[in-house]
Amino acid sequence: MLMSLRHSTGLRHIIGRLPRSVPLEYGIGTMITVNINGASHTIDVDPQTPLLWVIRDYIGLTGTKFGCGIAQCGACTVHLDGLPVRSCVVPVQVAAGQEITTIEGLGNYREGLHPLQQAWIEEQVPQCGYCQSGQIMTAAALLEENPSPTDADIDRAMTGIICRCGTYPRIRKGIKRAALAINALDTEAAADG
Amino acid sequence: MGKWSRRAFITTGIAAGGVVVFGVAIRRGDRTDKVRNLVAGEDDALFDIWLKISPDNSVTAIVPHAEMGQGVHTTLAMMLADELDADWSKVNVLEAPSDKEFANYALAKGYAAGDIDFPAWLIDTVDGFFFRATQAMGLQITGGSTSVRTTGQFAMRVTGAAARAVLLEAAADEWQVPVSELATRDSVISHAASHRSATYASFAAAAANIRLPAKTVLKKSDQFRIMGTSPPRTDIPAKVDGSAMFGIDASLPGMKYAAVKAAPVFGGAVSSYDAASVQDMPGVRKVINLDDAVAVVADGYWQARQALDRLQVEFDDAGNSSWEQSDIYRQFEDDLDKSATAGNEKADVESGDAAAALDEASTVVAAEYRVPYLAHAPMEPMNCTAWVHDDRCELWLGTQNPLGFAKDVGKALDIDLDRVTVHNQYLGGGFGRRAFSDIAIQAARVAADVHYPVKLVWSREEDTRHDHYRQASISRFRGGLDANGNAVAWHNHYVNKHDPEEAPHIPYAIGNQRIVYTESSTHVPWGFWRSVDHSLHAFFTESFVDELAIAAGLDPYEYRRELLEDEPRFLAVLDLAASKAGWGEPLEQHEGRGISIHRSFGSIVAEVVDVEVLAGELSVKRVVCAIDAGFAVHPDGMAAQMESGIAYGMTAALYGEISIRHGAVAQSNFHDYPMLRMDKAPSVETYIINSGEALGGAGEPGTPPIAPALTNAIYDATGIRIRELPVRLHDLNQTDHRKSDVA
Repeated sequence: MLMSLRHSTGLRHIIGRLPRSVPLEYGIGTMITVNINGASHTIDVDPQTPLLWVIRDYIGLTGTKFGCGIAQCGACTVHLDGLPVRSCVVPVQVAAGQEITTIEGLGNYREGLHPLQQAWIEEQVPQCGYCQSGQIMTAAALLEENPSPTDADIDRAMTGIICRCGTYPRIRKGIKRAALAINALDTEAAADG
Repeated sequence: MGKWSRRAFITTGIAAGGVVVFGVAIRRGDRTDKVRNLVAGEDDALFDIWLKISPDNSVTAIVPHAEMGQGVHTTLAMMLADELDADWSKVNVLEAPSDKEFANYALAKGYAAGDIDFPAWLIDTVDGFFFRATQAMGLQITGGSTSVRTTGQFAMRVTGAAARAVLLEAAADEWQVPVSELATRDSVISHAASHRSATYASFAAAAANIRLPAKTVLKKSDQFRIMGTSPPRTDIPAKVDGSAMFGIDASLPGMKYAAVKAAPVFGGAVSSYDAASVQDMPGVRKVINLDDAVAVVADGYWQARQALDRLQVEFDDAGNSSWEQSDIYRQFEDDLDKSATAGNEKADVESGDAAAALDEASTVVAAEYRVPYLAHAPMEPMNCTAWVHDDRCELWLGTQNPLGFAKDVGKALDIDLDRVTVHNQYLGGGFGRRAFSDIAIQAARVAADVHYPVKLVWSREEDTRHDHYRQASISRFRGGLDANGNAVAWHNHYVNKHDPEEAPHIPYAIGNQRIVYTESSTHVPWGFWRSVDHSLHAFFTESFVDELAIAAGLDPYEYRRELLEDEPRFLAVLDLAASKAGWGEPLEQHEGRGISIHRSFGSIVAEVVDVEVLAGELSVKRVVCAIDAGFAVHPDGMAAQMESGIAYGMTAALYGEISIRHGAVAQSNFHDYPMLRMDKAPSVETYIINSGEALGGAGEPGTPPIAPALTNAIYDATGIRIRELPVRLHDLNQTDHRKSDVA
């Protein structure tokens, strides 16, 4: 996984001081083990429960969002073994045994941002921000597969993810900026190698 | 440390020449608990409710508005920091808690002074809460494109300037030099003659004991160092790694989850259900009757949803289930006809004699337009986490009106509003929807029935079917042209007026105008939808102006220019958009170009749209936008708001349709209430005019002009005049273009 420079800003935004999620007390189902962002969690849950609610309510990772529940908006997109899926329609038992990556596992300020996250800041992409985890996860899978996407490639990959703030032109710029950054890093790595 | 004085309230207002009289200072010993919590250390000096200076010389701007993507936290902090001459790299932003200490006095004052139009949805909050509870107008509302124009102009800037003045006074006192010899920059005060300099923080304690000046001189625009630039928005870093906390992300120890199903027909209520049928399902805790809805509480949200889906609920329909969308339009038509015949329409504008001018006109153009209901469809479905404990209610959600919500929840639970606390989170889209407290009341009622915190989350279906909708409307026009094609009469009769009142007004120099309306109420709940009435009237008026231009045989841009001769601001905006778009340059076959201009929320916006219609397939190639909002405090943020407003309006113009079937909303989710997506999103270019006129808004004014610019472009490409939205109802391949399956 490529990690780029740390984002530095003089501004510290103070958000709500809420306690993080706590595991649910009463599950009635099967013990299922899921691997999320490199960590293993064994939970007592109905195996049909959509992965989305397991990630959010049982594991407490809230970067993955609920938008429609029927795989129409893409706000819930995560990676299953590197491929983008709509976690709102994937039963948790299907995901068990696969490597699940959420936005928190793609990159963060502690360990370094993914080039897409960096590009999102540079292009000032998000507005309300609610869909952006899904946008970034989908774009990350696109760049894994196609490091230099054309506009048509971007349309094909990104059209499943709705943004009500209309940040599409900036998302497009962000993907192109990140692609350049990744390719530059690859070139550097090749030269070093 | 000396004894702290009582909080001083000095009259707020604006005098001539940019001199502002202001002062709201919170002093130690006169702080509510909520305010006190913002002052972490005893050394922190809280100058007033919008500014804090800490010992490390950082400055915290306390912003009384919700962040829903419009960048308001950044922009308001910039306004304060610039007047303060603060070091922008050491400025923090904190959203004020919902407390009357942070009530948006400036917004109310701006209204009272007549400087801005107060959206009608604020009035209830003012009347119902503040006059009773605080003896002063106070609001903490985000909407009506007001934040920068009111809080920014009247509070943040003034606070920054006033704080700078007392810091200077404190420095002058300590160094025994005249204030006039001191300079400020990047949160440092310096005295050149003695080569002394020191941070703001080193004077903060002394300065806090100095009474704020009664008069503050604000910077002229050529003195701005932060305003007019585009620093990165403060809320964005948290929005790229999943750490931003939205209302739906709230989590409390012991919290349970609730799913809810409301009566599908508006006005309906719960008749019966069998709670026992789901009581034994995994995780189910309780089934709660909310009169017009049923809630299931469970250990997990999915468990609550499963149980709710299985629960058979009978609802009554309040006699409204016979309503179909076609009945609603027919009622509108009938009511328009009847009131036109009776002559009892209500007047918006009456100037000259439109009837006589129409009689004398050599050409009369008539057209009728209609638009459907629209839902807001923010990406974050309605949700609220509520916890009722110790005769108190705490709420976690994203709201555009935290104090109004506190008032409404207090009323619903019959507890004093001081016992209701709203913890406002990021809003996953607002657009007017999060000004309605229905979700908070539901969550609070559920929480009041149990002894633990509950997170209530609506399904997307519930969100689509229980919105407060942009109204459907019909608008009829007759325009008169004289023998030379000059417009001599404008007659407009439309159904249902909401807000703002000037939405149907036109800027054009047409001598005889009659703009009237007729009320025709329906059972469909109405709500503020991005740009409110402007969203429909701009489509109506800017389409009809285009029809007049075509009838006169003139270019639509040139035609507007002639009618705007006496409106230099409009003309400048129109010309800028047209020239940037290359108006007049030839287009390819199958391409078309349309223009429109509209003023809303104090800003004038013109948009030019290029389309291609190939074998009936529409593609929107490019949108060029020009805006005069007086001054762009954060130009990139303003451009982002134009991009966003255009996408929002284009979604509605192309696809947006909520229709009524058997008294309920027919649509349910994004498959039947579709949204603009990446593959159809055009490039948007924004050009800004800083005219120096009074500040206008940015969140909404980009939306109104897009629908008419788009349909005018379609007309240019195809000769098909679209008089009913959305565009997708129309077959763009045919001369008789109305699709046959549309009623």
